[in-house]
Amino acid sequence: MSDNTLLSIEGLTVALPKGADRPHALEDVSLRLAPNEILCVVGESGSGKSLTAGAVMGLLPEGVRATSGRILFEGRDLLALPPAEMRRLRGARIGMVFQEPMTALNPLRRIGSQIAEMFRIHTQLSGAEIDRRVLALLADVRIPDPEGAARAYPHELSGGQRQRAMIAMALALEPKLLICDEPTTALDVTTQAQILHLIRDMQRRTGTAVLFITHDFGVVADIADRVAVMRRGLLVEQGPAGEVLNRPQHPYTRALVAAVPPLAPPPAQPISGEVVLEIDHVSKTYRKGGWLKRNRRVTHAVKDVSLSLPRGGTLGIVGESGSGKSTLARCIVRLLDPDGGAIRLEGKDRLALSREELRKAAPQVQMVFQDPYASLNPRRRVGELVAQGPIIHGTPKAEAYERARELFALVGLDPAALDRFPHEFSGGQRQRIGLARALAMRPRVLVADEPVSALDVSVQAQVLKLLARLRVQLGLSIVFITHDLRVAAQLCDHVAVMREGEVVENGTVAEVFARPSHDYTRALMAAIPGQGWTPPVAFGSEEPV
Amino acid sequence: MQILLLALRRLAASLPTLLLILVGLFLLLQLAPGDTVDALIAQMGGGDPAMAEQLRTFYGLDAPVVVQLGRYLLRLVTLDLGFSAIYGKPVAEVILERLPVTLLLMVSALSFAFAAGMALGVLAARRVNRWPDTLISTLGLVFYATPSFWFGMMGIVVFAIRLAWLPAGGFEQIGSGNTGLTRVLDIAWHLILPVATLALTYLATYLRIMRASMLEVLTLDFVRTARAKGLGETAVVLRHVLRNALLPGVTLMGLQAGTMLGGSVVVESVFALPGLGRLAYESVVQRDVNTLLGIVFVSALLVIAINFIVDMLYAKLDPRIASGR
Amino acid sequence: MLGFLKRYARNPAAVVGLLLVLAVIGMALSAPFVFPRDPLSLAGRPLQWPMDNPRFWLGTDNTGRDIAAQIFHGARVSLLIGLVATVIAIAIGIVIGAISGFYGGWVDDVLMRVTEAFQTLPNFILLLVLVAVFGSDITFVTIAIGIVSWPPSARLTRAEFLTLRNREFVQACRVLGMRDAQIIFREILPNALPPVIVYASVIMAVAILLESALAFLNLSDPNVPSWGNLIGAGRGVLRVQWYVSAIPGVVILLTVLGVSLVGQGLNDALNPRLKGR
Repeated sequence: MSDNTLLSIEGLTVALPKGADRPHALEDVSLRLAPNEILCVVGESGSGKSLTAGAVMGLLPEGVRATSGRILFEGRDLLALPPAEMRRLRGARIGMVFQEPMTALNPLRRIGSQIAEMFRIHTQLSGAEIDRRVLALLADVRIPDPEGAARAYPHELSGGQRQRAMIAMALALEPKLLICDEPTTALDVTTQAQILHLIRDMQRRTGTAVLFITHDFGVVADIADRVAVMRRGLLVEQGPAGEVLNRPQHPYTRALVAAVPPLAPPPAQPISGEVVLEIDHVSKTYRKGGWLKRNRRVTHAVKDVSLSLPRGGTLGIVGESGSGKSTLARCIVRLLDPDGGAIRLEGKDRLALSREELRKAAPQVQMVFQDPYASLNPRRRVGELVAQGPIIHGTPKAEAYERARELFALVGLDPAALDRFPHEFSGGQRQRIGLARALAMRPRVLVADEPVSALDVSVQAQVLKLLARLRVQLGLSIVFITHDLRVAAQLCDHVAVMREGEVVENGTVAEVFARPSHDYTRALMAAIPGQGWTPPVAFGSEEPV
Repeated sequence: MQILLLALRRLAASLPTLLLILVGLFLLLQLAPGDTVDALIAQMGGGDPAMAEQLRTFYGLDAPVVVQLGRYLLRLVTLDLGFSAIYGKPVAEVILERLPVTLLLMVSALSFAFAAGMALGVLAARRVNRWPDTLISTLGLVFYATPSFWFGMMGIVVFAIRLAWLPAGGFEQIGSGNTGLTRVLDIAWHLILPVATLALTYLATYLRIMRASMLEVLTLDFVRTARAKGLGETAVVLRHVLRNALLPGVTLMGLQAGTMLGGSVVVESVFALPGLGRLAYESVVQRDVNTLLGIVFVSALLVIAINFIVDMLYAKLDPRIASGR
Repeated sequence: MLGFLKRYARNPAAVVGLLLVLAVIGMALSAPFVFPRDPLSLAGRPLQWPMDNPRFWLGTDNTGRDIAAQIFHGARVSLLIGLVATVIAIAIGIVIGAISGFYGGWVDDVLMRVTEAFQTLPNFILLLVLVAVFGSDITFVTIAIGIVSWPPSARLTRAEFLTLRNREFVQACRVLGMRDAQIIFREILPNALPPVIVYASVIMAVAILLESALAFLNLSDPNVPSWGNLIGAGRGVLRVQWYVSAIPGVVILLTVLGVSLVGQGLNDALNPRLKGR
């Protein structure tokens, strides 16, 4: 076995500095990675999966250090290696790809020179030879126009191309081990599919072993040979991909698998034919820059969109970044003023309202935001945050707080926590507070802008279940913005697919998922990670304890 | 090409600012009790009202404020800064005589402060929270808190009076008839103390900002990438951190150009240097409105010019600027 | 709040700064009792070295005035000018920065042009012009220092508002139908204030230095005792009696150092994560 092991982590314990929320980031973690194998390390935030990668690279954050255990790479213990020796391995024998390619590349240096640096550090090659190899690498990772890309600065490439360049850089010296730390998390789903394909492809061609860190079981299903599941610094389960994915043993693994929304939509619910919100030929363009006309850049964020939301229904608006879905959401609540068209709520055009009328009509349409950390004023108590809205519109204070208390119970929070500050709550709890704030206004329509995308998967499943319950319980009509087709499939009745400001396809969930008619929709569907895999545990049926 | 366009845009954008300054200042000076003629008469030891009226007509001071402003702005376009009643010659000429000294002082002080501040800042950041950092940071704080004119005077006490190494003031040895290199060296020798005095505060500022920005950049993702490539710490700093960390300091250089020009008023006064700052001080005391406005105009131009150079430098350092954010 | 005080007290430099500032405040408060006579009146033989005469432990200047008395009374002037000018500068800065950052568009364009104009003018030269126009009465000098010092605080406030205005909690307030004034002053401002308050220490330090420079040039109010004035007075006797200029300079240095250290301590205590930056 040992001659077939490239990397072996044995009983690794990593201590956190004093004052952290726990004494150890990793406790007695043991992993094995064979050559030519992809091992996925899965976990939620705080599981220690990224620190595992950092420990192998010898790049732990300041104050964090390995206290016991060994990391054997090609038979040598990396933890005992002198720094100069470790530097010779880094980059040359062990390559690494990071999550956010924009910030992982130096913004002030050309892509080509950053890749060339790998050769300059570790080899004696001539300048001309290095240039030739850089271009060959860029061609290998299938960047269109490798010469242009080599001359470009990071900000001149798209996110996917930047990540391709990162991969080219990591693979430049044909390392034995490639560590990928959430390499597709910052990317759109179609780009993610391409990058995953590229990594798999390069891995097969070079025989490199890959340590792949991710939080997404869909990605695991697509790429892993073996899987290790981590939670709060502990390794809870490890095994071949098929075993762990289809017969998860540990309760935490089962809960994580249960948190993956299945692609098949649940049976349709009866919905009234009455339209509560009608979006009628709405357009929004952004103008940027100068007073001079010719200096302006015009972006058509939303182009002539028409949609309608039935009372009690949920309309999912699905698209990648830059598709205009968030702009449309902000037009509906009138955080932005569209250039043209009408948005009719129960027949009345909201775009025709004056500022003062709009202020009075504010309760009718409410919004839930994406970022649970930025969406609550850190200086106000959560009770005040929820009661604030009704008070502005004339509800007596006592009554508003009473309503806040009821809502806290409704969204699954302790009503006694009303006088705490937002920072005392977890991300999922904050999202519930944001929901309570919106519901306190008793809105006719709720606009939810990616309300679960900043949450860990298990928390995401809980909030989705809460939304589904409230929808039935309160008869809510919801416009639900998301980039995640799995989420849309579970929560929405209708789906509209947006691309570059336009709605390319619009229909019931069952129709769109079963028979996508537009090419783009089909491409989106094809890009969803883990399609071949059906989670063996029913959605949301088990929760982590 | 893109940089050239950017340059033109920046220059165009500073025109309204300049206009705003001149109009505001001219109106402000109208509020001043007494005018050039009053000052002139006081200097001559008194005179009768009829003569004052005559003088006012001669200098165009009897016209309505708007007309005076219009005339002034119109003249500025042709770079005619008017006539200084006190010095008895055109303001432009007076200013031009004084400008080289101030320019030399400022450019030397700015380069010295920038270079030394950057070097010390990098040094402090590389040894963060250890004794070299503590020493440099403390020194920075003390420099920052020192009134520059006082530092200059103490410099005179120590280096000119006690040790007699450096001259106590002046721009060059008067009447020595030095030419060529001898003269250059003589001037440099005279400028050591003034430049050090003027540079002091700014050195402290650059030091602090460079240290902070080094520490900031060191936490960024691409530094981790550089380490993951197998670069050593020194190479990481030289090839990846330094240029990024330089950017805030460069921005500050532009923002502080005006402050530095103000600082030269005091320093030139301490060291009896015949520069623009001292001229400003004299014209305030003598109520020489034309000269004062001229100085403000020229110093605003100077600040705009320095900012322009700084912008170009920034665009050169940061490719994101030229390609339009 | 308690945690804040604890974090502050754990920082030795910040404590030293606080002690320095408290000492200057103590000097200012005790001046009328310790030196009841007019500090600008003749007290004894001119140019007595410190410690030579037990009555004048810091000596006398070239016109025979007690240096210690001038230092104590000067503390009142420096602190008062520093405080009032800072309040003026911060108040102007916050209002302009808040409006500019919150509304953006042409309002921002106009206000930023004005700010830029103020920043393009060398602030000390502008101060000279203001003093020349309004005279060197202590009130005018204080206001003038406030007027030349506001642009950085406006820029800082504007930058804070620009990021906060797009923060989701502000958007949430707008969705709730809150009025602009309430959003600006009750929701955003408290979040934007900490860095501005920290910056106030910088403004105060600069204000004290500006006044001393003005007094050094004899352009400040000649009827109040000022440290800068004393330094200027010592110029004539710098060759031998250098202490006349040296002593007030050290006092200015320590005062400004104290104010800066307090500012830095506040900053570290407000952002414990960034300590040591």
